[in-house]
Amino acid sequence: MSLCDSHSSSSPPKDNRIAWEGCSVLLDVNDGDRLVFARLTSASTLKIGKKNYSLLPLIGCPFGSEFQVDGSKLSRALPSAEVDNVQTNGDSELRDEIRDNREIVDNNKAQGLSGEDIEVLRSQGVTGNEIIEALIANSATFEKKTAFSQEKYRLKKQKKYAPKVLMRRPFTRSICEAYFLKYPDRIGHLRVDTLSLLLSLANVSTNSDVVVVDMVGGLLTGAVAERLGSSGYVCNMILGKKPHTMDIVRMFNFSDDVCQRTLRSSLEDFSSAEDDTFDELTRESCETDTIADVSCLSTINDSIMKEDSGAPSPDKQVPRACKSTKAGNNASKELIESWKKNGFSSLVIAAPERDPWIIAKDLLPLTAYSAPFAIYFQYLQPLANCMHNLQVEKMAIGLQITEPWLREYQVLPSRTHPCMQMSAFGGYILSGTRIFSPPLPTPES
Amino acid sequence: MLAVDTMKKLSFSKFIADGDLVIVYERHDTMKAVNVSDGSVFQNRFGVFKHSEWIGKPFGSKVYSSKGGYVYLLFPTPELWTLVLSHRTQILYIADISFVIMCLELVPGCLVLESGTGSGSLTTSLARAVAPTGHVHTFDFHEQRAASAGEDFERTGVNSVVTVGVRDIQGLGFPDEFVGRADAVFLDLPQPWLAIPSAANALKPDAILCSFSPCIEQVQRSCETLTKKFTDIRTFEVLLRTYEVREVKTNTVPGHGDISPMRLPRKRRQTTDGDIEQDEPHAAVVMAKPSGEARGHTGYLTFARLKCFV
Repeated sequence: MSLCDSHSSSSPPKDNRIAWEGCSVLLDVNDGDRLVFARLTSASTLKIGKKNYSLLPLIGCPFGSEFQVDGSKLSRALPSAEVDNVQTNGDSELRDEIRDNREIVDNNKAQGLSGEDIEVLRSQGVTGNEIIEALIANSATFEKKTAFSQEKYRLKKQKKYAPKVLMRRPFTRSICEAYFLKYPDRIGHLRVDTLSLLLSLANVSTNSDVVVVDMVGGLLTGAVAERLGSSGYVCNMILGKKPHTMDIVRMFNFSDDVCQRTLRSSLEDFSSAEDDTFDELTRESCETDTIADVSCLSTINDSIMKEDSGAPSPDKQVPRACKSTKAGNNASKELIESWKKNGFSSLVIAAPERDPWIIAKDLLPLTAYSAPFAIYFQYLQPLANCMHNLQVEKMAIGLQITEPWLREYQVLPSRTHPCMQMSAFGGYILSGTRIFSPPLPTPES
Repeated sequence: MLAVDTMKKLSFSKFIADGDLVIVYERHDTMKAVNVSDGSVFQNRFGVFKHSEWIGKPFGSKVYSSKGGYVYLLFPTPELWTLVLSHRTQILYIADISFVIMCLELVPGCLVLESGTGSGSLTTSLARAVAPTGHVHTFDFHEQRAASAGEDFERTGVNSVVTVGVRDIQGLGFPDEFVGRADAVFLDLPQPWLAIPSAANALKPDAILCSFSPCIEQVQRSCETLTKKFTDIRTFEVLLRTYEVREVKTNTVPGHGDISPMRLPRKRRQTTDGDIEQDEPHAAVVMAKPSGEARGHTGYLTFARLKCFV
């Protein structure tokens, strides 16, 4: 099902700002209308409208390149070195706009060209941009519109007749934004600013050994691994019997080295000596998690990406040449021993369906003294209880619950204001620092 | 602060040593950075603390004064440092810092340019993000401020990945040696639009610039300049709301003026999060409410990607 496995051995080359064969990309069609994760192979295609386009022309182009439909293929559209005409031309005009919408009547008669006319143009091989110009020329109302709404009109037609595809680097930011926009459920509604806070508050830094509970599809694991690079480890802790999915990790173009440092282990590996107080309930909910995750995470837009259609299903492939290059292997016994001995450098939890306190009370003792931690949760009360319990048990200090707030702005000459739509909620974070509690309390005088 | 070599990283066997930088934690809003020095003492309203008694204790330990007062000794992190550093200028706080690091797509090995350095609050986090193989070149036109920042970076140990330069970036632009080499540029300048052309020269194609400005007029002008060579120009405002959590002892539903009214928690003797007196735990309810005061505005963050012309 997944498109990534069979190619995960393609480690990024030195210049990872140029797309290479086998790399993962995020395709942004028409400024965020559609966001598609893809892997660039000779067989991969992208469906735009009713047609499939090969992604082969993308290989070798720098990330950030824009592509347009050129006949039956995608071709790169270089930006003009000229000043963006929208903003500067518009500037002086817009500051004293005299037109308004008094003469615009919504009677569906403004456009002189019919659908058939456009089809005829298309069959004659007229380009998308020429069709747009024709539509404008045949619009009875275009000249009466304000410059701003003329621009909006042009943009709307461009999306339909001259679609653009932007090739983005799959980084934590773009991956998180894409999922938050299209499939927030799969990442537990973890917003990009919230995720950024988790990484900061947990001091994810070079040579750290970070333990994570990631029930957000692997986004957290990937984000931590991206920050760590070729040092330290991210330990994706399994609570219960079955591992939580971390499919999103495969969207990142991680090197083999980073993949080898992205590991799983089970809480049971750490509590071998202690009594196993794991309740059946958590185990069950874990299983349902995993079942739900089987649904393909690799395409963010359902309608598209028939990738690797020629290749055999990667799930069934027998010998995998380099097993080590896959992220999510089980941590070795030696590594687990060293984590037990030294403690983790920090803890991050993003488990939308679990009581944060139940997890924190088991995992916080695995972190070193003075280790920072951050817990994401969408509901306030369980976090408040968790915070209270951590205080009462004298496990941590510097405890704080915060809620990030993020607002985007439209910045245009004389038309700057907050965007009309915003995400109203990015979840809560409980953060703090683990403290050392000596076995025998020192008597206070 | 940064475990550039693994010996320096936090672990159960990491004990406070002479010369270490520790964050002395009194309460969540009262902390201080102290360099441990065998013969020295630390003094606050809870008494006198001997550094010699700190040495050999694990980070995260509670230590006592001669009078029996206590503080915690924490391992320094960029987040704690931001709370204790001396403000020579207005500084960036965690919400903006985190968002900037994320949106600049910083990873180990990146080369970052920053101006101005200010008090070095963001610089420390930039350093953490690019360490151990990357580098932050930070510039401030104020010689004394640059020098103080440099001292701070040495103190926190991020100096191996940070270089401070004295330079007027608005007037002179970034040095030519960086042309086409930077993975990210951060500007916190009064007239960022003056530095944008030079930032564009320094950035690699598709690399990201961030400009932080408190005023919308600055944003407006920066965005106009950015459209020439940048794309994906987006402006954000990010803030944090903090919550107060209280355990309220009650026998009745709070808010209803019953016979046994809600008892708000007593003022604690030493308000350290660790100590809460509990009597009837069965009758206690934990409640949370947003704090009454918050930072209402810090600045606007504008991000833009350099267009790929080749």
